[in-house]
Amino acid sequence: MVKEIERAGIPVVHMCTVVPISLTVGANRIVPTIAIPHPLGNPALTMEEEKDIRRNLVARALRALETEVTEQTVFEK
Amino acid sequence: MKLELGYIYIKDIQFAEKSKVENGTLYVNKEEIKALVMEDQNFKSVEVELAKPGDSTRIMPVKDVIEPRVKVEGPGGIFPGMVSKVQTVGSGKTHVLKGAAVITTGKIVGFQEGIIDMTGTGAEYTPFSKLNNLVLVCQPVEGLKQHEHEKALRFAGYKIAIHLGELARTLVPDESEVFETPTVKEGFKLYPELPRVAYVLMLQSQGLMHDTYVYGVDAKQSLTTMLYPTEIMDGAIVSGNCVSACDKNTTYHHINNPVIHDLFSEHGKTLNFVGVIITNENVYLADKERSSDWSAKLAEFLGLDGVIISQEGFGNPDTDLIMNCKKIEAKGIKTVIITDEYAGRDGSSQSLADADVSANAVVTGGNANEVINLPALEKVIGYTSVADIIAGGFSGSLHEDGSITAELQVITGATNEMGFNKLSAR
Amino acid sequence: MIKVVQYINQFFANVGGEEMAHIPAEVRTEIVGPGLAFQQAFKDEAKIVATIVCGDSYFNENLEEAKKTILEMIKEYNPDLFIAGPAFNAGRYGVACATIAAEVKEQLNIPVLTGMYKENPGADMFKNKVYIVSTKNSAVGMKDAVKKMAPLALKLAKGEKILSSAEEGYLPNGIRVNFFEKERGSKRAVNMLLSKLQDKEFETEFPMPDFDRVEPNKAVKDITKAKIALVTSGGIVPKGNPDHIESSSASKFGKYDIDGVMDLTEETYETAHGGYDPVYANLDADRVLPVDILREFEQQGKIGSLHRYFYTTVGNGTAVKSSKAFAAEFSKELKQDGIDAVILTST
Repeated sequence: MVKEIERAGIPVVHMCTVVPISLTVGANRIVPTIAIPHPLGNPALTMEEEKDIRRNLVARALRALETEVTEQTVFEK
Repeated sequence: MKLELGYIYIKDIQFAEKSKVENGTLYVNKEEIKALVMEDQNFKSVEVELAKPGDSTRIMPVKDVIEPRVKVEGPGGIFPGMVSKVQTVGSGKTHVLKGAAVITTGKIVGFQEGIIDMTGTGAEYTPFSKLNNLVLVCQPVEGLKQHEHEKALRFAGYKIAIHLGELARTLVPDESEVFETPTVKEGFKLYPELPRVAYVLMLQSQGLMHDTYVYGVDAKQSLTTMLYPTEIMDGAIVSGNCVSACDKNTTYHHINNPVIHDLFSEHGKTLNFVGVIITNENVYLADKERSSDWSAKLAEFLGLDGVIISQEGFGNPDTDLIMNCKKIEAKGIKTVIITDEYAGRDGSSQSLADADVSANAVVTGGNANEVINLPALEKVIGYTSVADIIAGGFSGSLHEDGSITAELQVITGATNEMGFNKLSAR
Repeated sequence: MIKVVQYINQFFANVGGEEMAHIPAEVRTEIVGPGLAFQQAFKDEAKIVATIVCGDSYFNENLEEAKKTILEMIKEYNPDLFIAGPAFNAGRYGVACATIAAEVKEQLNIPVLTGMYKENPGADMFKNKVYIVSTKNSAVGMKDAVKKMAPLALKLAKGEKILSSAEEGYLPNGIRVNFFEKERGSKRAVNMLLSKLQDKEFETEFPMPDFDRVEPNKAVKDITKAKIALVTSGGIVPKGNPDHIESSSASKFGKYDIDGVMDLTEETYETAHGGYDPVYANLDADRVLPVDILREFEQQGKIGSLHRYFYTTVGNGTAVKSSKAFAAEFSKELKQDGIDAVILTST
């Protein structure tokens, strides 16, 4: 899916947990997430703490979209 | 470690006043089984049914399949850490009711259980159509949570399998087979010329209801470790998962692990079967990296020349599989991987979610997306209504006459990734 | 009776070798060269009604002309089946066979078959377009080639079900077909490992795929002005899964309006995905599709706006080809709606 969106000419960031799959299938902007069943959350924390994590991850995704890349890039921070 | 398996061949199963095994027939007292299951207060009611090879019977949704066994000599009992006390099993003597099985059914998640047909097209794809099955249809009490339902059903299956296994305790086996694994030191001395081979067994451990247990330990909370192959024959590993039916390893698959049997048959002849490395398939990337690092490390530690790696499930576990393969190959150890494929209904799509050039020796259990037609059968044990939502089913899968059109995914054990079947694809 | 037209080169027609490779296409009505063996193998089921003979250099140097002329020649005979070669490892002959076979299949819509060595350049070019039987690398393998090609040709002509490449003997063509092997998988794995350990030849049952790449698009210039859309393969749907997206092997995607939705709650959204533990996503779908945070960012002016619709499907067991098709379809809509960037979340 990520490649098709990119192919259509829209910049796309892939937020996923299994980064190796994302690299294999060919996403160009990748933001690693928490875990497969809850990529953008962590049920072990309180709702507010969870939201903080999610806020950070989404902000990172936006940063990735603002960053020029020439090859597959994983935005670890 | 040395284990003798004594096989008592079961050719028929019948209800009777007294549970016993006589002349290859397993007689079961229905009320006794019901009473045992109902000891668990999580169940509202239970039905006990029979399904034999050739019967016009469909069983769905299937959760687990379990072979009745009993430990007659040596330490421990069947399913250690789960039902029996925690004690290292795999030595001494174990009796097996070969040809019989206990099948548990229930609407747990709704879509992550499978179908077993005892006749017709479906029967060709599942190994369990060849068995004399005792089927438990358990109704949970109102309000029981999914994972509690799963657990209750899992234990009901073990309990009944152990109960039936006990019937074989004093019987004289029709046939016996001995499996022995030397220590690392003895192995080097005994077979200095033979390639050292181990089996890397990947266990489904993706979370609640996607779990596998080793001596009672949830595999997702364990580091990659080692077992003697015979420990697995005594039920050291059990299935606790609800994933797509075609490539989940039931408890029956574990205790009859075909890779272990086929490596044993070459042991001391063309290879030295050193042991089993068990590793998990977790949902965190760090876990995937750590577990596969450890598989490679243990493989190196054991001085191996080759490994066979088997997978369970599909999708992100494809990454665990590729990581294991890549990292072990990088140590100079040769690998063969066993997987299955999701190549689309027409077979033209990409089969795996991950890939690497080092995975140059692959055995496949077939394309799980291939569409099959299952005829209407006379009797349905369980609930047909789930056909539309079961993994591999689609809206309209269940036809009015009771026949089903669905992907092979729905059949329990159809594309097993331990290589239990002959099905393949090219 | 099935009518067959066969294509062969100058060499197999006994016209001559390299020095005669320039000859243009001609028709023979008598049976020529390999046709004899094929006719024998067909018995009374099929008859070779004509043979086209063409020089390898001529075909490749005058491609369009040759294709046109030969197609006309074939049409004359109104055949039910077209066979080209076998070409073994002869490069130009292989390319000619595969090219003309593909052309006939497309233009005349009749079954076609060719045969060649797996390393013949024609094989790689056309194996996904026409059935190419795998042969030995020289004409010494003619008998073996006919043995595999003739029955498959008849099956094709009769419209019978074509089994897997391993059973029929054609080169793997990217279409995976199930079949039952003689040994179970574990035994095949042990045998494959033994061969690999002894450095003997072995054949993988699944060659690793090549994944294609797409160039990254230019970055978003000013994210605070950007219109952002959410897409997920995590199966987030309105409660009750109104479009019945399958839990595995999804055959469709969903498009849902989130106008005015500030937060995805347990009461309003859930996941249809059957490949992971659904509990966490069902309790709070924002854990998969972060609508709550994007709304917050929208209000704070950190993004321009969140697109009114999100797109969703279930990645679990869904063929890559299907998800590609879904994405191609909704990407068009996204483009039309003036979306500047997409956040895609996966589970």
